[in-house]
Amino acid sequence: MTEQHQQNINKSVKKLTLIVCAMFGFGFALVPLYDVFCDITGLNGKTSNQAASVNENGVDESRLITVQFISHLSKGIPWQFEPMVKEIKVHPGETKLVKFYAKNDAARDIVGQAVPSVSPGQAAVYFQKIECFCFNQQPLKASEDVEMALQFYVDTELPEEVNTITLSYTLYDITGKVES
Amino acid sequence: MTTEAIHDSHEHDHHDHKMTGIKRWLFTTNHKDIGTLYLWFAFIMLLFGGALAMLIRAELFQPGLQFVEPDFFNQLTTVHGLIMVFGAIMPAFTGFANWMIPMMIGAPDMALPRMNNWSFWILPFAFAILISSFFMDSGAPNFGWTFYAPLSTTYSNGSTAFFVFAVHIMGISSIMGAINVIVTIMNMRAPGMTYMKMPLFVWTFFITAYLLIAVMPVLAGVVTMVLTDTYFGTSFFDAAGGGDPVMFQHIFWFFGHPEVYIMILPAFGIVSTIIPTFARKKLFGYSSMVYATASIAFLSFIVWAHHMFTTGMPLAGELFFMYCTMLIAVPTGVKVFNWVATMWRGAMTFELPMLFSIAFVILFTIGGFSGLMLALTPVDFQYHDTYFVVAHFHYVLVTGSLFSIYAGAYYWLPKWTGHMFSERLGKAHFWCSLISVNILFFPMHFLGLAGMPRRIPDYALQFADFNKWVSIGGFAFGLSQLIFLAVVIQCIRGGKKAEANPWEAEEGLEWSVPSPAPYHTFETPPKID
Repeated sequence: MTEQHQQNINKSVKKLTLIVCAMFGFGFALVPLYDVFCDITGLNGKTSNQAASVNENGVDESRLITVQFISHLSKGIPWQFEPMVKEIKVHPGETKLVKFYAKNDAARDIVGQAVPSVSPGQAAVYFQKIECFCFNQQPLKASEDVEMALQFYVDTELPEEVNTITLSYTLYDITGKVES
Repeated sequence: MTTEAIHDSHEHDHHDHKMTGIKRWLFTTNHKDIGTLYLWFAFIMLLFGGALAMLIRAELFQPGLQFVEPDFFNQLTTVHGLIMVFGAIMPAFTGFANWMIPMMIGAPDMALPRMNNWSFWILPFAFAILISSFFMDSGAPNFGWTFYAPLSTTYSNGSTAFFVFAVHIMGISSIMGAINVIVTIMNMRAPGMTYMKMPLFVWTFFITAYLLIAVMPVLAGVVTMVLTDTYFGTSFFDAAGGGDPVMFQHIFWFFGHPEVYIMILPAFGIVSTIIPTFARKKLFGYSSMVYATASIAFLSFIVWAHHMFTTGMPLAGELFFMYCTMLIAVPTGVKVFNWVATMWRGAMTFELPMLFSIAFVILFTIGGFSGLMLALTPVDFQYHDTYFVVAHFHYVLVTGSLFSIYAGAYYWLPKWTGHMFSERLGKAHFWCSLISVNILFFPMHFLGLAGMPRRIPDYALQFADFNKWVSIGGFAFGLSQLIFLAVVIQCIRGGKKAEANPWEAEEGLEWSVPSPAPYHTFETPPKID
């Protein structure tokens, strides 16, 4: 094997190793890319974490949208957590206030965090929250209960084919994460 | 080069001295030794993974729970999948690549022989780690070979770390093997062996190796994220911390879909080598085969979300992934038609490698068709996670990849061992496998269409009859593979002396060297016209 040959081999190995490292990085780069992509398109049903400003486009009285509320508790959190109304009907553009009830059944203080998700996913960007308990953490002392407010409107631009929007909250125990 | 050629004749005997006993295998840098190691390792893993499948089929023989607990059942399906994908099919193809690629392109060895030794010898450790978790309190991984978060993170039984490190090592091994193949093909071809003169097996493995270095690092990344999510408090896939479990599926299938082509492209290469020999015709449409392989490889990167139609994708996404997936049928169809056209009016004979190849073409096509059905978004909602999917991927992986491995093994066994194998025993292996594999997998289509979900230890009564047939087929297929072991052992120990070119193949440098292939071949590059 000539020296030139050996050099060619070394060159190819270096290039391929570089590709391997780049692809390892690409795997991790998919994480922020995914977030950006979903932010722009609202594809995964994630609603905005920012409070929306008040509706300025008027109310579309011709349409009536059913908004359903559901709640889940993540594994191991000893709370009660439920929407106080299961379902309301709103016109697009109309601002509504609904309440959720939460109670800490444990004998210790727990910090909860509710994470929203909207179905169908394409409606997520049109579901505007002016005020939401999900913007903040919910620290509850042992046996404490609270009524939490959600003020929202549905954007008038909501696609024609969407008549029902389901808003789901999953409540997570983030006590450990807050402490550390 | 000329001086080397002169020295060569003197040094040849000296070269043939190899270390003896276990040291020969531990320290070997010879591509043929390493190829042999890979092939034996893959076969042992096949038997082990098969034994797990036997347990699964024993449990599913009747409705109700008979032999194993549901949690252990989940461990069986998970480890069966991991072993068959990473332990049996992939190492078997790498074994073929090691044995055959240097001989097919007229190179003396792989370009990086020491790394070659490493890439094999870390594999047994990876599988020792994975299998050892069966004997721990936590049990083996039970979240499916696809290890979806949060099953593998929040709800893991504590085996996640073992699983992750085992996959890391398997990935490193595959990447090193792939780099070795690419470097060898780019730099070690005999003078005159242009790219478009390379045998198709070399081409398909060249493209497979590129797929490997592109997606195995992504797999390494995603298992690392699972590891840190489980043990170090990150939230890549945990919605409580701002992550998203659906993202896991996107990253996993970005690896996972090219991975399925990693397991089938080399099979295309093997079959494309064998069919022309026994049809006594040139391969029909050589260059279209190369381009079809490359197009399949490219398309494999933009179809991953067809595994996730039911996760709630927007219509535009579903349509995009559906059409892209169906597009793959075009280059695959080109291949199938080329194989058929090669056989058309050929002077065909039906020796074992050809029998397995013809079975491959027919049965792989059945698997391809059921894949096409699964690609249709509206019907996928019904088929998703049913036995229809299990039937589909076993048709492409068992009667596809595994049958091509058997075809290749029978084709090159005379070259490897220097003996002809027992055609009678081999035919017994073929017919037993062919019949039992269809009893095993064909009824699964009906089970799936009728709604039997996959990955369950118990099922509704109406599925009982088909499951009984499936289990019987499973046991028969499992036992049939022991015939193959007997054929191989018999062939190694003796038999009719094989000539240099026992199949009278028209093409292939490997047939220009004696059988068994000498320890060192093509130390002086051959002449290619």
